[in-house]
Amino acid sequence: MIEIRFHGRGGQGTVVLTTLLAHALFKAGYYVQSFPFFGVERRGAPVEAYLRLDDRKILARTNVTAPDHVVVQDLTLLQSIDVTRGLKPGGWVLLNGPPSLSGNGRFAGGRVAVVDATGIAIRHNLGTRTHPIVNTAMMGAFARVMEIPPMDVLVAAIGEEVPSDPERNVAAARKAYGDVSFS
Amino acid sequence: MMRVLEGSHAVAEAVRLARVQVVSAYPITPQTHIVEILSDYCAAGGMDARFLRVESEHSCLAALIGAQSAGARTFTATSSQGLALMHELLHWSAGARLPIVMAEVNRALGPGWNIWSDQTDSLAQRDTGWIQLYCEDGQEVLDTTLQAFRLAERVNLPVMVVLDAFYLSHTHEPVDVPGQEAVDRFLPPYSPKFRLDTKEPFALSPLVPPSAYMEMRRDIARAMEEARACFRDVEAEFDAVFGRRYGPVEAVRCEDAEIILVASGTVTSTARLLLEELRSKGEKAGLLKIRMFRPFPAEDVRRALWRAKKAAVIDRNVSFGAGGIFAQEIRAALCNMPDRPQVFGFIAGLGGRDVTTAVLEDIYLQTKNGDVPPGESVWVGLQEVSHATGRA
Repeated sequence: MIEIRFHGRGGQGTVVLTTLLAHALFKAGYYVQSFPFFGVERRGAPVEAYLRLDDRKILARTNVTAPDHVVVQDLTLLQSIDVTRGLKPGGWVLLNGPPSLSGNGRFAGGRVAVVDATGIAIRHNLGTRTHPIVNTAMMGAFARVMEIPPMDVLVAAIGEEVPSDPERNVAAARKAYGDVSFS
Repeated sequence: MMRVLEGSHAVAEAVRLARVQVVSAYPITPQTHIVEILSDYCAAGGMDARFLRVESEHSCLAALIGAQSAGARTFTATSSQGLALMHELLHWSAGARLPIVMAEVNRALGPGWNIWSDQTDSLAQRDTGWIQLYCEDGQEVLDTTLQAFRLAERVNLPVMVVLDAFYLSHTHEPVDVPGQEAVDRFLPPYSPKFRLDTKEPFALSPLVPPSAYMEMRRDIARAMEEARACFRDVEAEFDAVFGRRYGPVEAVRCEDAEIILVASGTVTSTARLLLEELRSKGEKAGLLKIRMFRPFPAEDVRRALWRAKKAAVIDRNVSFGAGGIFAQEIRAALCNMPDRPQVFGFIAGLGGRDVTTAVLEDIYLQTKNGDVPPGESVWVGLQEVSHATGRA
């Protein structure tokens, strides 16, 4: 079983990101489970969401405390939250941040991947400049880093599950897939 | 068709497929997603039903009592404080013998204000005359909702389908959503045994004197008894169409078990994981899932537990002054057996605190190493709180 923890802020689509990935990974043949853990139900408040995938029915119905990987949608969380707590050695830390961001040495034991999902979302007119919708870009970056699901399955899942502008969302996912930098 | 659905969405799909005619609800987290989807279906034509927006949960159930009395199949969903506000009319709907179906998403009662999972809200309604069924995963909650209509309408009692906040209500997982044709084969249109009709006016629920009240209560008690047997028929019919059945309880590896964990809701699922681990280490452990809470399946519980030395009951709820509620019911079911297992009660996971395999293993070990069960349930996973500073 692979367990992934997502960190974001209320309103950034973190829960939707895990749900979209759950759909895509199910299409790719995995048994999936995803659910959120809300703190206060407010815009801007830290949110966690979890994604599990396995080749059999998933029985664990607990929060993910020892993730194989973590995904961080908002860099400002790094100042207040220990996003790598419990992270298994060698796990990926996928950050939404500017290309100039270097993750070297920042997370002991974790491998860091960075994608500018915010910039990609803005350039693809997803959301607004102040509230870009980054989750489809993050899906593309996820697929690159985790090497699942295959891009054609990801594209199909976006087509089925994203109600508005699937084309621009797919383009953002493809761009993010190509733009991930590893440090 | 297999789809990745949220638990709340699975309930809503079952309600749509059950061809419910009147839905009423007042929003409260974590139940809201269920009625959001139903509201969409009613507005967009996905369901041929009336959606009644009301100003409170009390009005919501009052509206459904009216609609069901007029012969409509009805549904609502609520949680926590919302269910508490319905309390008066929970008694009324059961007493009036109306087969209303409700999804109840277990949420802690305030204060302290808390939106997370805790069974005390539904268990506090155990004496209202509602049948209660507790669900473990998304498939089970869809299936149970369909079964609930069949069962309710057979015995003329309302049914509460109970699901954990977030760990089920907000969890996406693969769920097989049946087609309308299959559901229609299992669940015929509602055919009320009585209904208000303006052409032949009569009054319902008048004053009942001491000379008749007791017999009416006895009838409700009999209907609850009937529900036990009827539930088996409903499950057999469900199995014939859909190939799935769950039972009022499920005994997992109890035949040779010395210590049996007793769980309900999503904790059962996590307990299955621990059971695999314990068995692989050679421990003689078993698991009993309680799905039906009212009527309480005492005979099934006895049949599952009688060979064991000890039962460890996990309660995500508390009755202040008496401990965990499932533990009380299990003790009552066993108390007249000559060689009954010892019952150890544990309170865990209140207000959404995570019940991990480590918590469950702690419960197992405390039971294994304990000589005599303490009088009340033991609270598990508490932090030390200093009352001098008020800080944890």
